[in-house]
Amino acid sequence: MSDIGMLNTVKAAEDPVRRRLDSGPRGARPKRALSRGNIILYGTLLVVSLYYLLPLYVMIVTSLKGMPEIRAGNVFAPPMEITFQPWVKAWAEACTGVNCEGLSRGFWNSVRILIPSVILSITIACISGYTLSKWKFKGSDLFFTILIVGAFIPYQVMLYPIVIMLREVGNTLGVQLFGSLTGLVLVHSVFGMPILTLLFRNYFASIPDELFKAARVDGAGFWGILFRIMLPMSLPILVVAMILQVTGIWNDFLFGVVYTRADSYPMTVQLNNIVNSVQGIKEYNVNMAATLLTGLVPLFIYFVSGKLFVRGIAAGAVKG
Amino acid sequence: MAEQHSVEIRHLDLDFGAVKVLQDLNLDIHEGEFLVLLGSSGCGKSTLLNCIAGLLEPTDGQIFIKGRNVTWAEPSDRGIGMVFQSYALYPQMTVRGNLSFGLKNAKVPKAEIEKRVNRAAEILQIQPLLDRKPGALSGGQRQRVAIGRALVRDVDVFLFDEPLSNLDAKLRADLRVELKRLHQQLENTMIYVTHDQVEAMTLADRIAIMKGGQIMQLSTPDEIYNRPRNKYVADFIGSPSMNFLDGHLENHVFKRGDLVMPMTGYEFAAPKVADRKATIGIRPEHVITGELVQGAPVKSEILVDVVEPMGSDTLVWGNMGDRPFRLRMDGNARVKPGERLPIGIDPSRASLFDASDETRL
Amino acid sequence: MAIADTTATDDRVADRPASAKKPMRLFRNLMPKLALTPMALTAVVVFLGGTIWTVVYSFTSSGLLPRLDWVGLEQYDRLWSTTKWIVSIQNLALYGFLSLIFTLVIGFTLAAMLDRKIRGEAVFRTIFLYPFALSFIVTGLVWQWILNPDYGVQGVVRSLGWESFTFNPLNNPDIVMYGLLIAGLWQGTGLIMCIMLAGLRGIDEDIWKATRVDGIGTVKTYVQVIIPMMRPVFVTSVVLIASGIIKLYDLVVAQTSGGPGISSEVPAKYVMTAMFGGQNLGQGFAASSMMLLGVVIILVPWAFLEFGGRKKRV
Ligand SMILES: Nc1ncnc2c1ncn2[C@@H]1O[C@H](COP(=O)(O)OP(=O)(O)O)[C@@H](O)[C@H]1O
Ligand SMILES: [Mg+2]
Repeated sequence: MSDIGMLNTVKAAEDPVRRRLDSGPRGARPKRALSRGNIILYGTLLVVSLYYLLPLYVMIVTSLKGMPEIRAGNVFAPPMEITFQPWVKAWAEACTGVNCEGLSRGFWNSVRILIPSVILSITIACISGYTLSKWKFKGSDLFFTILIVGAFIPYQVMLYPIVIMLREVGNTLGVQLFGSLTGLVLVHSVFGMPILTLLFRNYFASIPDELFKAARVDGAGFWGILFRIMLPMSLPILVVAMILQVTGIWNDFLFGVVYTRADSYPMTVQLNNIVNSVQGIKEYNVNMAATLLTGLVPLFIYFVSGKLFVRGIAAGAVKG
Repeated sequence: MAEQHSVEIRHLDLDFGAVKVLQDLNLDIHEGEFLVLLGSSGCGKSTLLNCIAGLLEPTDGQIFIKGRNVTWAEPSDRGIGMVFQSYALYPQMTVRGNLSFGLKNAKVPKAEIEKRVNRAAEILQIQPLLDRKPGALSGGQRQRVAIGRALVRDVDVFLFDEPLSNLDAKLRADLRVELKRLHQQLENTMIYVTHDQVEAMTLADRIAIMKGGQIMQLSTPDEIYNRPRNKYVADFIGSPSMNFLDGHLENHVFKRGDLVMPMTGYEFAAPKVADRKATIGIRPEHVITGELVQGAPVKSEILVDVVEPMGSDTLVWGNMGDRPFRLRMDGNARVKPGERLPIGIDPSRASLFDASDETRL
Repeated sequence: MAIADTTATDDRVADRPASAKKPMRLFRNLMPKLALTPMALTAVVVFLGGTIWTVVYSFTSSGLLPRLDWVGLEQYDRLWSTTKWIVSIQNLALYGFLSLIFTLVIGFTLAAMLDRKIRGEAVFRTIFLYPFALSFIVTGLVWQWILNPDYGVQGVVRSLGWESFTFNPLNNPDIVMYGLLIAGLWQGTGLIMCIMLAGLRGIDEDIWKATRVDGIGTVKTYVQVIIPMMRPVFVTSVVLIASGIIKLYDLVVAQTSGGPGISSEVPAKYVMTAMFGGQNLGQGFAASSMMLLGVVIILVPWAFLEFGGRKKRV
């Protein structure tokens, strides 16, 4: 299978989203402001919005109640007495197994995973995309096709071979890769590569070849053209790539479970361990505070970045 | 000693996969010459220019610039500057940054860069624009900057790839004159790609007409216009294009039905050309009309179909027998559709081609 | 003279030394090749190599450690006679089918509603899409809480006076997959809505004018004119939804842990348990190879559609 069909799909997903969401509605015009159709339309949208907003509301109110109030009422009831104790406990005291340091440890682990992963994956993908669009050589497109097809392979298929690779390469180099943050950073870079490379390749391909040729005539080489000509023009795509990677890596659970040990678990894994731990009584307010805390980073990015986020997920959607 | 050649191209081949875009192409360009590569879209002009620039690797063959084999040299080491159709200015740099980018890459000292940028800006009259970004310039200004970028690098050969195609008609005409002036001033070798025959005729010392990756004819504009080497070139140059009539050549007399044309005054390629099927080509503007028809060496007539008055002259679309026939008349000629118009033909200004291989006889 | 001009290739070439040598193939343009090495290694070693490795080892008896000890299809035989795997496949089929249908229907309906020149479109869009920013773990945990039998939906309805009301999907093996579905739809429909909305915006406005002139009703226009025109968008959406479904794992872990019993197990979780929990690598390899087969079954027709469509259009 060639990558062309796939590119098409990504284009179908990305381009229209980017361009058309700005272009205003096109559908049939509702006739009068308060026609029956309009009431139904807005009514439906409002009800559906409630369904979408409900979990966010539930998380917030539950995390602000005390346990007695929770046992007395229901999930939807607003708090009568607001307390921030569950937040403090979730952050600093909640237990996973014997360890009672709260989510803060997972948070900092996630940060330590996130920063190098985002930098490394974007760097590799940016250079690869640049090479694939402007410095093609015989066989370069073949590698790309393999990479893109690889994006559709279920992760489970590659999990164990990667364990072995990390172990072997780690042994050879005399560093611990499997079970360490370094290993997880590499894994994130590997699995982020297809979509990011595609993103950068398509972006650089849209920069006119003549610009590239002019720079070559002017004596700029491979790196000179990348750093002095291409990158200064690439800020939007870099931001999209960052949004994509930050949310993707922050939300990852599978790789965190497989490739790290308990003391370096990322936030999602620790959250799941806290909430689903079988020992002790369930503290729903602490659980919801922890859940909300874990969701804050991607939510923040989502609400701040707006349209760029849409563009990023539309491009990243191939990842499935 | 033979003439100094600035660029020599030897047996150049270039394939994109199975598609042969350039085939055994040979070309010598003289020092200081303004050479135009002319051909319809897709014939390989840009490909050839990119090979000379080093932006494409030829499949086979060699390229020499100033006697040096540069076939595998980097573009920046070839002593060439290039100007593109889309200007290709670096959008994030100012005009000054654009002009000095190549010099910085070549590690030219700061003072020298400053001097050269200012001189180029002066020649092209873009000094007031030096601190603007390309986005704030008009099309004509952008193309001037693009030319300046080649100018500052003090190159032996300028390469232009349809530099005026993105400009509107008026600007194009202005910049064309400026380019010609620039060439007279700098006396560099210039290779200029275009599909516009007006640009080619006005700018070129010599024109290379390309078709299917090969050069059909390489001659002065005058030669190309008056003595096209084959029917393709004859048809390509001139607007409206040449009229072609099929017939027979017998004993240096062209015959087609009633039309009998002794080719007196026509310069045959060989002293004696054997009898054969032949095609005669007559440019619309060389057809004799009005009172002068009386004195014309050969007389005929056409049936007028459509008349297009253009102000300076009038185009007449008619038929000679069963063949369409165009001619150009004076601007104040009065002709009506349906009219039978007597015409005269001067064989010495016609072109005669072999009917089968279409080469000039 | 002019005619001779073209053929004037003088023969000085012959005695001119070929000063510039053609560089060796491999070393020409070395930098791009070096720069692409990490990506090429990833593609070939990790993606291609890893996949082949897993498929090959699925034909061995590997247990605690991978061993090249061939047992043919034995692992697959065992897999397909394991109840947990069968349940996993059934669950995935049910979840997949419903998820596909509902995501498409809800996604399209929401998009169509937002496309009707409404006020506050951006606000609604933001609301429908924000769950997509959240992880499956967060999604699973919050829905686990909302579906809590004592304090959640069931408790609320009962406290309103309907004492016999039961809706306890997370503790009822028969409907647990619907509990997951509610959460999955909440998280994923926003994306499809966005893609559908983009598709609707891509449709020529004149179509709407034409149908109005012809007096065709709104719903009829959507069903008979608009949806057929959006075929590529639907194809894209189906591929996205399908490749997401097959990876279903985190949500189950967070919301139900596969329970009650094994009633909400899914293939991806089966693989994980076999590989990293059960010291049963061969089963894990066989199960993940089956997942790969599933993807191939989805992707090949899609690739075919893409190409078939392209050829027709040309
Ligand atoms: N990168 C490429 N791959 C395949 N074919 C190409 C490529 N670049 C150009 N061609 C083909 O080579 C021929 C010549 O192109 P070009 O030199 O750009 O023509 P033009 O005379 O219009 O400048 C065209 O038929 C074009 O389709
Ligand atoms: Mg061209």
